[in-house]
Amino acid sequence: MVEITYRDAVIRGIAQEMQRDEDVVFLGEDVAKAGGVFKATVGLYEQFGPLRVRDTPISEQAILGAAMGAAMTGLKPIAEIMFSDFFAVCFDYIANEFPKSRYMSNGQLKCPLVVRTGNGAGSRFGAQHSQSVENWCMMIPGLKVVAPSNPRDVIGLLAAAVRDPDPVIFLEHKSLYATKGEVPDGEIVDTLGSAKIVRPGRDATILALALMVPRAVEAADKLKAEHGIDCEVIDVRSLVPLDTRTILGSVSKTHRLFTVEENPRLCGWGAEIVSIVADEAFYDLDGPPVRITTPHIPLPAADILEDAVLPTPARIVDRVKTTLNG
Amino acid sequence: MALQSDRANGGSGLNDDIGEAKRLELYRTQVTIREAEQRAYDLFLQNLVKGTSHLSLGQEAVAAGFAGAMQKGDLSFCTYRGHAHTLARGVSVEKVLGELMQRDNGLMRGKGGSMHLTSADHGVMGSYAIIGAHLPIACGAAWRAQYKGQKDVSVCFFGDGTTNIGAFHEALNFAAVWKLPVVFVCENNLYMEYTPIGDVTAVHNPAGDRAGSYGLEKIVIDGNDADAVYRTARAAYDKARAGRGPSLVECLTYRHSGHSRADPAKYRPEGELERWKERDPIKIYRERLLQFGIGEKVIEAIDAEVRNVVDTATETCKAAPMPPMDILTTDVYADGGWAWRN
Repeated sequence: MVEITYRDAVIRGIAQEMQRDEDVVFLGEDVAKAGGVFKATVGLYEQFGPLRVRDTPISEQAILGAAMGAAMTGLKPIAEIMFSDFFAVCFDYIANEFPKSRYMSNGQLKCPLVVRTGNGAGSRFGAQHSQSVENWCMMIPGLKVVAPSNPRDVIGLLAAAVRDPDPVIFLEHKSLYATKGEVPDGEIVDTLGSAKIVRPGRDATILALALMVPRAVEAADKLKAEHGIDCEVIDVRSLVPLDTRTILGSVSKTHRLFTVEENPRLCGWGAEIVSIVADEAFYDLDGPPVRITTPHIPLPAADILEDAVLPTPARIVDRVKTTLNG
Repeated sequence: MALQSDRANGGSGLNDDIGEAKRLELYRTQVTIREAEQRAYDLFLQNLVKGTSHLSLGQEAVAAGFAGAMQKGDLSFCTYRGHAHTLARGVSVEKVLGELMQRDNGLMRGKGGSMHLTSADHGVMGSYAIIGAHLPIACGAAWRAQYKGQKDVSVCFFGDGTTNIGAFHEALNFAAVWKLPVVFVCENNLYMEYTPIGDVTAVHNPAGDRAGSYGLEKIVIDGNDADAVYRTARAAYDKARAGRGPSLVECLTYRHSGHSRADPAKYRPEGELERWKERDPIKIYRERLLQFGIGEKVIEAIDAEVRNVVDTATETCKAAPMPPMDILTTDVYADGGWAWRN
């Protein structure tokens, strides 16, 4: 067991998979010699060499297209898109090419690749470098979508994503890169599509993803200590495949559901889960599900403004408390 | 249309570097495309080819020449105007027409349709209906060959309109910087859909005049002469296999039909089609065969055989069942199914 940062976990996860399989290659902007703008790929170029760790031009379509062509013909590429906001300039691959080639070709083509990207707010970068775009990806049939909240999950889920035969969008949270967590020694391989109960509780279920997980846990600790409300916090981890079994099981126990989402409100991932719970567990609920989200606005840059729009532990505490206690 | 080329004219000189067997193959491929595409058009008018279809009538020499120079294992990446390139790699007329007619015997059992013809066994790694998308994808396939030390070439076909989209420029630069074994083939049929390409492009040769921006040689050839296409293709593949990087080839050609479906192509000036029909690639190639001493009887026999293949395929497809409902949800994910939750 060793304590490492989320950033170092990315490096260790990629290295673990590149060491295991020579078909794993890695490309992106500034990822090789410079070690990545978030320093999340430092040392990989030195360790695996210029044929396997490659700097690209600022050409997001070329990056994702090349990853796809390589994946179709036998490699297992990891492609980095520096900021998830840039998905918008290469969305053709994410929406039209990766996820549809297998279906359209009646199973003749494959697309086993991973797109890693820096997602989420907290860096005061403004509306085009801070978005949480997990809902852009979740809605597309044929993709898998993963967003780890801690170093151990970064390694395990990245390994699972690289080994998965489908295209996987791997959302790293920029504001988590410096956070630390314990990871076991040796190889770590997780499974896609399993949520994790990170804090058991009886009174309410709180679902969270990535940066919202530590905030939900902090809120749950406060709710218990200060208000006697015992919340179960679930780290959703994987939006596709979605572990509805764990979520529905928790709701059937607590009878209350809250989602904590960093994405803007409309069509956020929580909306889909609330709809599933309404369909399949309506009579388990003691009250309406509550979504705690960023409002439906572009993200502002100023720290005081950005802090005001993202769900915080205080806001989560307040919503849960007023909802349950009236 | 004046032919502009920085390269020695690889056209119709009376040399025999191509040889009779290859010439007969090039002819048969062109006639197969012509007959199959004409049949697709007729079936579209009968509402038996559904959705859309983009024909390569008049552009057969490009497909035949580039496919004819390929080796087994070389990969083709096509656009929605991809029937010709699929047929040129040896995919059966029945499989192609079946997919156009959205039958269960089609290449992808009706799940892809006319714009997405794919036959991985033949090296046809997909037909892409989003303009420009497949140029970077072809780069990736070429990267795999380079990385693994494999000698196959990735060949990417697209129209003149593609040269104005960002992915074209990203892919050209990327391929040049990484020295990838990829060949980009622009079929300049003078129209991006309905608009003359010259009206919307800053340079005269939409591909050729951009080549220099990526450190590549300007290559503009007569796309209606299968011999010229074949020789150019061979040179570009040799270069790629030798590790000397990508090529960009602009083939001047013309589509006899409209852009898609039953487009009557009224946007073309009077007499233009007729002028190009005088340079019909199949007419040119029949004359070429005669020049090389191949008898009319041999040519007519090929014509008859091809017609028979297309007729038989048409009847087989008409009799083929529609796709069954149980394939609706297969192959969304690699486990064969579509489950996104437990």
